[in-house]
Amino acid sequence: MSVDTILSFEEAMEKYDPVLGFEVHVELNTRTKMFSSAPNVFGDDPNTNVNEVDLGMPGVLPVVNKAAVESSIKIGLALNCKIAESCRFARKNYFYPDTPKNFQTSQYDEPIAYDGWLDVELEDGTVFRVEIERAHMEEDAGKLTHLGGQAGRIQGADYSLVDYNRAGVPLVEIVTKPIEGAGSRAPELAKAYVAAVREIVKNLGVSEARMERGNVRCDANVSLRPHGQERFGIRSETKNVNSLRAVEHAVRYEIQRHAAVLESGVPVTQETRHWHEDTRSTTAGREKSDADDYRYFPEPDLVPVVASREWVEELRATLPEPPAERRKRLKEAWGYSDLEFRDVVNAGVMDSIEETIAAGAAVGLTADAARKWWMGEIVGRAKAADVDPADLGVTPQAIVELNQLVVDGKINNKMASQVLDGVLAGEGAPAEIVEKRGLAMVSDDGPLLEAIDAALAAQPDVADKIRGGKVQAIGAIVGGVMKATRGQADAGRVRELILEKLGVQG
Amino acid sequence: MSSFEPSTELIRLSAAALAAKLKAGEVSAVEVTQAHLDRIASVDGEINAFLHVNTNEALAVAAEVDGIRAAGGAAAEELHQLAGVPIAVKDLIVTIGQPTTAGSKILEGWRSPYDATVVRKLRAAKMPILGKTNLDEFAMGSSTEHSAYGPTRNPWDLERIPGGSGGGSAAAVAAFEAPLALGTDTGGSIRQPGAVTGTVGVKPTYGAVSRYGAIAMASSLDQIGPVSRTVLDSALLQEVIGGHDPYDSTSLTDPFDNLVAAARTGNVEGMRIGIIKELHGEGYQAGVENRFNESLELLKEAGAEIVEVSCPNFKYALGAYYLIMPSEVSSNLAKFDGVRYGMRVLPKDGPLTIERVMAATRAAGFGDEVKRRIILGTYALSAGYYDAYYGSAQKVRTLIQRDFAAAFAQADVLISPTAPTTAFKLGEKLNDPLAMYLNDVATIPANMAGVPGLSLPGGLADEDGLPVGIQLLAPAREDARVYRVGAVLESLLEEKWGGPLLAQAPVLDSNSTVAGGSL
Amino acid sequence: MAAINRDDVAHLARLARIEMSAEELDRMAGELAVIVDSVKSVSEVAGEDVPATSHPIPLSNVFREDVVGHVLTPAEALSGAPDSEDDRFKVPAILDEE
Repeated sequence: MSVDTILSFEEAMEKYDPVLGFEVHVELNTRTKMFSSAPNVFGDDPNTNVNEVDLGMPGVLPVVNKAAVESSIKIGLALNCKIAESCRFARKNYFYPDTPKNFQTSQYDEPIAYDGWLDVELEDGTVFRVEIERAHMEEDAGKLTHLGGQAGRIQGADYSLVDYNRAGVPLVEIVTKPIEGAGSRAPELAKAYVAAVREIVKNLGVSEARMERGNVRCDANVSLRPHGQERFGIRSETKNVNSLRAVEHAVRYEIQRHAAVLESGVPVTQETRHWHEDTRSTTAGREKSDADDYRYFPEPDLVPVVASREWVEELRATLPEPPAERRKRLKEAWGYSDLEFRDVVNAGVMDSIEETIAAGAAVGLTADAARKWWMGEIVGRAKAADVDPADLGVTPQAIVELNQLVVDGKINNKMASQVLDGVLAGEGAPAEIVEKRGLAMVSDDGPLLEAIDAALAAQPDVADKIRGGKVQAIGAIVGGVMKATRGQADAGRVRELILEKLGVQG
Repeated sequence: MSSFEPSTELIRLSAAALAAKLKAGEVSAVEVTQAHLDRIASVDGEINAFLHVNTNEALAVAAEVDGIRAAGGAAAEELHQLAGVPIAVKDLIVTIGQPTTAGSKILEGWRSPYDATVVRKLRAAKMPILGKTNLDEFAMGSSTEHSAYGPTRNPWDLERIPGGSGGGSAAAVAAFEAPLALGTDTGGSIRQPGAVTGTVGVKPTYGAVSRYGAIAMASSLDQIGPVSRTVLDSALLQEVIGGHDPYDSTSLTDPFDNLVAAARTGNVEGMRIGIIKELHGEGYQAGVENRFNESLELLKEAGAEIVEVSCPNFKYALGAYYLIMPSEVSSNLAKFDGVRYGMRVLPKDGPLTIERVMAATRAAGFGDEVKRRIILGTYALSAGYYDAYYGSAQKVRTLIQRDFAAAFAQADVLISPTAPTTAFKLGEKLNDPLAMYLNDVATIPANMAGVPGLSLPGGLADEDGLPVGIQLLAPAREDARVYRVGAVLESLLEEKWGGPLLAQAPVLDSNSTVAGGSL
Repeated sequence: MAAINRDDVAHLARLARIEMSAEELDRMAGELAVIVDSVKSVSEVAGEDVPATSHPIPLSNVFREDVVGHVLTPAEALSGAPDSEDDRFKVPAILDEE
């Protein structure tokens, strides 16, 4: 395999403008497949979720899954698309062993949704509008495993094994119009766009949206044109870029590769590229030899889908608030700064904070308090455990209780951290843990005064300094008291008592 | 009529008559089924109507029916009226427990893990399935000569074709090997074999009978339908196999339960019967034309009003059909690739890649006619040709539908010869695809528009003494009309002949051996 | 419309995955040329204003509820397979090495 020459990204940007385009395939999470009643389940044993329809047995016929159509319409609406009054399925004909009928039932000239847009927010808050060309319904193919030769690679494999469990899983393919004007932010936009689509379908509840399982897959088109040129350059299509980071890297790589090709004076080849995560580069894919002529025609075994306006409006009424609008609303309601809010979003704890605030509404838990708990205590633990913060096992209710214990002066922050450990260890509710671990803060002044006397006696020179007006020396005495009470004293109260005892104004 | 041996007599009875005898307890289902199995054993060596004979299962189902009848009570009362009446199934329709080949080498030995909807309905009615009948490979042909398992012969003349693609089903019924059979009709594959074998065949309204489990040839044209010796028998059978099927998206929800009643109406007084100007006369054999005119006279005498209608776009139907059908064929037959089922052939030399294995498998597994249509369809759908070919043909389809709509504004039922000629000789048109295609000129318009069509025997052509078919067409969903007019015309003709036309068929030599495939 | 020639047939046969010998290509090209010639009038019949009919009986919105139905066992699924391994269909290499 030859290694392509690439230009540095900066050099590429000096001369060229990138034009992007994306085809994102979203696997729907319907219970059954697009055209058969076999279960749509990931990860089962090979060829256990298939019936005669999925295997393309002689004589079988497809029947459309209504839930899949409704999910597709919801996606269309969430992408601000028009929903076709009537649309049809079409056959896309090509031979490939993962395609049981040797045609894919898809949509061609009549997609269910078209002409939409999606506002994509970049990390610094810049909003970039991506125009959506269409979103259409189709079916997924089976899974090929290549064996022999270089393990897992199609090139050089001796044979392949086919599992048709995935064959017929409902897909919605979302196609953008050419995206111009992103400039050097193109790689970042690519990642943000795919993330936004993923967020939308997840928010709609129509897909598990797990990229590592292939629920959301991206084909990225990249072309370059010299600054000032109107006409688009020749594009490459990089297939199956299946993580957000990879989308960013692949677009960046292709921009650099195209620039090098153009610089060498050779026209770019219109081709399919494959992304390799290990080398962070693309290689030319051998075209499926029928790619030039899919011989689309209307699927005669299926009848048109007519989406009445009543049906569309019914579905629209079920849509959840769009993620971007929700973020805007929450940020304002919580009064976070731009930076604070972005950190919360990037840490993936926005939902948790919202739930925590709701759970603590009765006791007046503030948005800032909720943020401090999640960002200060939980995110770090989640990172250490390599799980999503929401999946760590801390409920909003537990946070509310914990916070209340601190507000009531029953424990201090340091103890709260220990209580949280107890919660994670499954020791029970925060109050129980405080009790079990004997963490209650020493609030009776009696034992504290004893400890203060002992500390002053142990460090008479320090006591003198304080008496002499050097109040900042008090730390040593407070420290002694805290040590003696194993941290269970309220440091503020200890300070007050020491000053009182020595007759010094704080 | 002369007297027959009891078993011979049983095989000559209609399905309706057998059903009556079974219900009355005059004969057992095992006797009826065995009589037909014996007949198959005796004559099918000559006819080659069956690719597989389902002896054990057929007898087991018959015995079950007899057991239920003997036990009496509610279960006996609830038996379907055709319970115990045996039937043959075209080998394009999938069946659990028997091979399904579609007449092709590429599916040799394949056994379906599921039943076609119509087969499930036959099983629910407890009709013993005698076996699977021969056909042109994947139903592509008008003579059954394109079967990979040898041609079926016409019981009227063993040197002649039994029509196609459903020559096996028609010949089995004509040779008294089965009282009933299932066929499929994409461009005339039920009706034209009916015409040339002196039997009845019906293509119901598109969607009246589920296609689930019928191996698709051209999805927008295919329709399963009954094959029988009487019009009433076809009505009885369509009521068994018809009705909505959630497994077929093009299946109609309309009830089709008035067909038997229609076949028993017994009059055509005041009905307007339209002669289609474009579907007789030039290009039609003189004997065919004579019998056609005779039928018109009889209907007129019975009180029908004969009108002439014109369907000017029918002359483009054949051309449009030979674009739409192969286009759908090219896609429907793509699944036969040697990966999931059926034959796999490795390339003789060169690298062993799946692409080359698929190509070698399809080269060895498909016959010439199938290949011809796949290539033609691939061409008609390919980039740059779609609009001119497939797209234009779909427009012609609209024009044909408009012609039908105009014709049915003037007539309740349309009438024409089913085929332009009587049965031709084996091999006569094998190397002239176009001449073969022309045999379907009168049957294709019904498939293009989805309307129901029935063919019944119209007598024998003067010049060759071979059967002529009369076709009746009705508007979509009005299948009852073709049964009503068909049954009346049938009784008028039988009155004239002094019995069923098949009584005039030559007696078959019964010394031949059993065709391959049984047990 | 252009007549169909031997090269067209070779291309179509490749698209349709049917291996053809030189003789077959010649014969098929001849036969198809006759057929194509006989159907070419179809493209001249209907005007722009005539809509296409893809289904003989117009229906719409035929759906299935999203309820799980039957599946085949892997043994049933693979019962007709020319070759299999580990409950999967086995096929020769997809690409030839170049």
